[in-house]
Amino acid sequence: MDKFTTHTGTAVPLRRSNVDTDQIIPAVWLKQVSRTGFEKGLFSAWREDPAFVLNDPSYEGATVLVSGPDFGTGSSREHAVWALQQYGFRVVIAARFGDIFRNNSTKMGLLPVILPDDKVEALQAAVEADPKLEVTVDLDGRQVRWAGESVAFEIDDYTRWRLMEGLDDIGLTLRHAEDVAAYENGRQPWLPTTV
Amino acid sequence: MGRTLAEKVWEQHVVRRADGEPDLLYIDLHLIHEVTSPQAFDGLRLAGRKVRRPDLTIATEDHNVPTVLGPITDPVSKTQVETLRKNAAEFGVRLHPMGDAGQGVVHIIGPQFGLTQPGMTIVCGDSHTSTHGAFGGIAFGIGTSEVEHVLATQTLPAYRPKTMAIEVSGELPVGVTAKDLILAIIAKIGTGGGQGYIVEYRGEAVRKLSMEGRMTVCNMSIEAGARAGMIAPDETTFDYLKGRRHAPEGEAWDQAVAYWKSLRTDDDAVFDKVVEIDASTLTPYVTWGTNPGQGLPLDAAVPSPEDYTDPVARSAAERALEYMGLTAGTPLREIQVDTVFVGSCTNGRIEDLRSAAEILRGRQVITRTLIVPGSMLVKHQAEQEGLHEVFKAAGAEWREAGCSMCLGMNPDTLQPGERSASTSNRNFEGRQGKGGRTHLVSPQVAAATAVTGRLTAPADL
Ligand code: SF4
Repeated sequence: MDKFTTHTGTAVPLRRSNVDTDQIIPAVWLKQVSRTGFEKGLFSAWREDPAFVLNDPSYEGATVLVSGPDFGTGSSREHAVWALQQYGFRVVIAARFGDIFRNNSTKMGLLPVILPDDKVEALQAAVEADPKLEVTVDLDGRQVRWAGESVAFEIDDYTRWRLMEGLDDIGLTLRHAEDVAAYENGRQPWLPTTV
Repeated sequence: MGRTLAEKVWEQHVVRRADGEPDLLYIDLHLIHEVTSPQAFDGLRLAGRKVRRPDLTIATEDHNVPTVLGPITDPVSKTQVETLRKNAAEFGVRLHPMGDAGQGVVHIIGPQFGLTQPGMTIVCGDSHTSTHGAFGGIAFGIGTSEVEHVLATQTLPAYRPKTMAIEVSGELPVGVTAKDLILAIIAKIGTGGGQGYIVEYRGEAVRKLSMEGRMTVCNMSIEAGARAGMIAPDETTFDYLKGRRHAPEGEAWDQAVAYWKSLRTDDDAVFDKVVEIDASTLTPYVTWGTNPGQGLPLDAAVPSPEDYTDPVARSAAERALEYMGLTAGTPLREIQVDTVFVGSCTNGRIEDLRSAAEILRGRQVITRTLIVPGSMLVKHQAEQEGLHEVFKAAGAEWREAGCSMCLGMNPDTLQPGERSASTSNRNFEGRQGKGGRTHLVSPQVAAATAVTGRLTAPADL
């Protein structure tokens, strides 16, 4: 996973709420067994509409997605995160996220940033007024900055540290293999096995 | 201070706790299917890792499988299923492939085998893992990176979500089901209402639900945004489990039951949030929009965006009406459907099929009607009870087990603009096929709707 400290880029406003992961990447795209090529499926149903915001050339190259509330609800498909990243997004900003999506994002180094509703709205309006507006997402300082605005966001220390170091969870957990083995010795004897 | 059920189960599974870090949680059962696992197994291979506990892991084929006999014809789906077979063989994981007597939707087979038991932690790369919480464990969906983590370590780092009680007082009126209850709950708290919480469903109406009904309720916890839903185990739970293939036996059974009985929220425990709902006021519920929170009693009419003061809810309603092709003010009972689907991990269990059959007995369907058992065991049991004959005589299609029309990954889909009454859990845009329009309903409403061709409660027939 790539390290994430501070990112500056342009943004695209997605004025929709409840953007579920079925919309981010429809099920037909989930059949692949590889981890690449999902950018083609990103919002594929919505992208058929020429008026959809991602089809607007003025937002080309945007790396920050600014969405309405409840982004990434629904299905657990991590493919949604892969699709956003492979399309070029590094950050998603919204007032609320689906829990599983948010978790998946932090495993992959896509930063989910929670801002208050009015700040999301203000950022969307600012980007609509100037699609080339530079937005800085500073994970180190826990701030989003644009055009003289600077808004703090919360993220727990551990997740922030992991993202900033680009650390893989499995490697971290394997350092505690002895604890896992000790726990296993004390498990209740009636618990089922699949064999 | 006392502890909630969720806190008890969580604490029991903490392998390691350190300041400023998430808890490392032990996972008792890991369920796998073909869609969210291939990249996880690839990750293991790349790192030269093994599956730590294949004996706590089980796999099935469900999302891609056709529900008519015969091979998978779509080459991409076929590759995905074959990849699971290869991975299961290479890493020593028990797999129930298509055609196997144990095959079925991942959340149906766990409970059926008795692998889902009270007090366990259960995960799967699938958001409806919350289903298993009906037995009084903590069960939640995870992404593919976490699937790989569990395969490699049998643990997950996680922060304990907050706790929410949904207190359901009173009794469900006759003809009102677990599905109506959960649709009403989601309509009340919204699709984001449960975010960050484990929900415990409590109260008289919940205690009276069968295990099937409890699974329906817990299944849709995720549609309210909750990470997991759970119900304290009781005699209903123990009766359901007793004698199942992986349930404890003899002395172990007694030990287990003694422990399971301790799995309840202490009287003096405090939840972070409490929501109350009176079951006796409920009637059959249906959704009219494109998220599961957009539901109303069947007696209502399609709402108008103007009914919503919150601008976000208003624009969501506007968009939903446009996508659904509905006009504000139309009575829900006048909505015509093209297809009826009874099945999925929400309502594909034997009790669901029985209740649909009861309505279809001696009647004829006038829409395309798919009845899809959630597993091969459910199918077998339904056939032993003669339910398949009832369905066929009514003109419905009796299918093989799988996810089927719950999601557009296999051949069972809606065409653009087609409208369904569906017992599944998601009415998202395109969920049942691109351009398809979904109304979520109970099995009873689905069956009655199949008879009239428009959204109908059994009592209307
Ligand atoms: S039946 Fe539907 S919700 Fe359940 S596992 Fe299958 S696709 Fe997911």
